[in-house]
Amino acid sequence: MVTEAQVWAALEEIPDPEIPIISLVELGVIRSVDVSNDAVHVEFTPTFLGCPALEFMKRAIEDKVPGANVEVVNDDSWSTDKITAAGREKLRAAGFAPPAPRLVQLQAQVHRCPYCGSTDTTLENLFGPTPCRSLRYCNGCRQPFEQFKTI
Amino acid sequence: MNELLLGLADDELVIGWRDSEWTGIAPMLEEDVAFSSIAQNEIGHARAVYELLTDDADALAFDRTPDEYRCAPLVQLHLLEWAHTIARRWLYEVADEIRVTALMVDVPVAAKINREEAYHRMHAEMWHERLRDEPRFREAVTELWPFALGVVLPEQRAELCSRVKLEEVEAVERGTFGDSFAALHDEMTMVRRSAPAGAQW
Repeated sequence: MVTEAQVWAALEEIPDPEIPIISLVELGVIRSVDVSNDAVHVEFTPTFLGCPALEFMKRAIEDKVPGANVEVVNDDSWSTDKITAAGREKLRAAGFAPPAPRLVQLQAQVHRCPYCGSTDTTLENLFGPTPCRSLRYCNGCRQPFEQFKTI
Repeated sequence: MNELLLGLADDELVIGWRDSEWTGIAPMLEEDVAFSSIAQNEIGHARAVYELLTDDADALAFDRTPDEYRCAPLVQLHLLEWAHTIARRWLYEVADEIRVTALMVDVPVAAKINREEAYHRMHAEMWHERLRDEPRFREAVTELWPFALGVVLPEQRAELCSRVKLEEVEAVERGTFGDSFAALHDEMTMVRRSAPAGAQW
């Protein structure tokens, strides 16, 4: 009989299909895991509705947790604040500036270069290679970088 | 309510399709990326709303006849001209915010859509700031304004007028279709019509 902890551990091994350094659990898209009467129920919430990786992620969960019933919940429960601290650090180390917390973003437009740490950065394009990313340029180290959008 | 949701989903599908017409030919590379990304989001929104109405979103999106669609005439227009395209994006995003916000209490996915649309609004607003004193842009806004009013419900039109600072005129209502929509419908449904029965995507 599988436990909830075992299901969470299995889900932690599933990489994000587009940024494989971070897991689905770190991305914060697993909303809940419920194990009762030998049935596993996983609630999964998309990041962006237009993300082409959604089906892929759903199938990856079904493959990793055989027999699990994966429910896609399209409500407003996910925001970039759901990305875990470990997930944010992994993003930064890989050259993706993690999203500013929503509260911070509302108070000041703070965007820190993931390479040199400078906040002297400029927006190049609100839209980037995937729905969740923008393009910025660091005036400190003259390096373009991808910025996770805060949503 | 279902009629409202179908209108919203059809609007998002069709504007997504129209925005994607700039992919590869936008006047600057940044806008090529921006329009492609916005289009992808809009079509994702369409799918999420169709799924509230049916188990088979593709069938609802593509198996209807043109006159069964509920999209506003604004999104149907074939506008491969930059001033008109930006005028439509700006008017559409303002109107879309009003009607999506009104749905948020009853429809959870509307709140998620609204969260994502914040970036579309920033993009539209940035272009509006840049072009608003250009005569060509003003003309495009004036021309599209009756169409923009048709995106929202009659009781939401006063708010739209005050947001864009234009006087209310007679709206071009849903359920009217121009010639360009038949051609668009033909294009949108072409792959699905030509696929062998039982094909999986």
